[in-house]
Amino acid sequence: MNGTRLPTLRVLEFAATFLACAVILVPIYWILSNGFKSLVDVFALKWLFAPTLENFQRIFAAPFSIGEKLANSLIVSLAAVAIAVPVATLAAYAFSRFALRGARGLVLAIVFSQFIPPVVIVLPYFLLFRDLGLYDTRIGLALVELALVTPFAVLMLKSTIDQIPREVEEAAAMDGATRLRIILDIVAPLAASGIITAALLCFILTWNDFLFALILTSKDAVTLPVGLAMFGGEEGVLWHLISAGGTLLMLPMLLLSLHIQKYYLEGSFAGVDR
Amino acid sequence: MRHASRYLFVVPALVVVLATAFWPLARALALAFQEWQLAKADAPAWLWTPADGFAHVADLWLNFERMAEDPLVWNAVQVTVFFTIATVVLTVGFGLALALLLSRGGPLKSLLRAILILPFVMSPALIGVSWRFMFNPEHGLFSALARPLGGAVADALGSATLAPWVVVSADVWHWVPYTTLMFMAALAVVPRDALEAARMDGATPWQGFRDITFPHLVPTLAVAAVLKCIFSLKAFDLIYTITGGGPGNATQVLSHYVYFQGFKYFDLGYASALSFLLIVPMALLAWLYIRLSYRVPA
Repeated sequence: MNGTRLPTLRVLEFAATFLACAVILVPIYWILSNGFKSLVDVFALKWLFAPTLENFQRIFAAPFSIGEKLANSLIVSLAAVAIAVPVATLAAYAFSRFALRGARGLVLAIVFSQFIPPVVIVLPYFLLFRDLGLYDTRIGLALVELALVTPFAVLMLKSTIDQIPREVEEAAAMDGATRLRIILDIVAPLAASGIITAALLCFILTWNDFLFALILTSKDAVTLPVGLAMFGGEEGVLWHLISAGGTLLMLPMLLLSLHIQKYYLEGSFAGVDR
Repeated sequence: MRHASRYLFVVPALVVVLATAFWPLARALALAFQEWQLAKADAPAWLWTPADGFAHVADLWLNFERMAEDPLVWNAVQVTVFFTIATVVLTVGFGLALALLLSRGGPLKSLLRAILILPFVMSPALIGVSWRFMFNPEHGLFSALARPLGGAVADALGSATLAPWVVVSADVWHWVPYTTLMFMAALAVVPRDALEAARMDGATPWQGFRDITFPHLVPTLAVAAVLKCIFSLKAFDLIYTITGGGPGNATQVLSHYVYFQGFKYFDLGYASALSFLLIVPMALLAWLYIRLSYRVPA
């Protein structure tokens, strides 16, 4: 397109880009800034204000005890990642390298499993956990979170391993190395960037999950997103405290996103659908 | 036996998928034909057993019959169809527009590229809570901006016509980065030479887009639309946190109505039957997605 001939188009394009940036940033700034505002400034819709850490002090104290919810979120997410990523790497390797009979059907079943509505998954688990005593426990919640992350990790890692040439494994195979050794010593280092990205995405999915935690926890294992949604009822409008908690919920994700975006833009998008 | 041992690699993953996806699906299917209200009974009971006599076999369908008579079901179907169509059209449309915008250089583009993914990594529950706050009629940011348009607009969450659009706007904000990244990946492989050649032959930029770029984007467009349809049917967090299904039942989508029957009224049999209104379209969409993305090589 010729810029000198179409200056109006240039201006429109700039306006659209500016608008898009504003639409993305304003809600994020709104949450971040309200976390550091006093309630009076929150209600006055001030853009510039005297920042305070008081909200954070308050949410870490009782009755909000956001520290416990933060710990629950962290433990549940890390546990889900710690189970899902090794399990998914093994399966992804097998689907990529072995000519397994029925492999296509199994992969399609894994694809399909991602599309089962979460509200359907959680219903039987609610009943089962009541009987097993796993209701409102971190381990119970982490196990159900595997539904969100395992299929996704298998498919993503399969496409990562598909891109690694088989030849790199041959020398080691001739030396009589076992498959597990080959995966650990040769494939994993080459797929490291994909494995790390898959782990980060799994962490993000679990960290942000709301529905499972809402239904499977009530007090001891409540995670950060559910804790925040429950803030409102306790003593009326607590937007400044919700925003402070929201800042804690959001910041790690914003930091991790830098890595994810780089990976998406450089690599292919194949297999990366939740 | 070497071959059998190879299956061991996939067994853990299959166990996880079976346990966390297919077992709950089968359990929900069975529950749809059972009666289980937690307040009344400790265990589920089949709505019909052979002991009841074959004359009453139709009783098995009682939960589904109840659905047909429940006016809120029809309401939830309509709200879900509206929500799905609106969010799919808007996320795919804005995603395509942003990807095209980002495919060219220009001021602010690198900033936009850097912050693009932020809405997508944010917790939908937090987005929902913030949206509810921003649309708070007295203290919200959007309400302050909308006040000149009239009091009704400023109180969007209290209006049955505007509240669904508030929920749609939050969902679109969250998902546009995802479709944009999909289209950016697709645009990266549009042949530059063909575009260049067309321009040499005197084609306008619009003709270049229509005849070369757009046909390349069609497969991505189809996949993006199908995937977003599935994600929209699943949407729950935003509705729960922004409106809770209200005002009235104006934003009561199916996934929220299932939750409502299952975990507010603890009527698990009925909730399971309701969930089939989600599972059936979802299975069709999943089949369509698999056809589009996992085509058997000819």
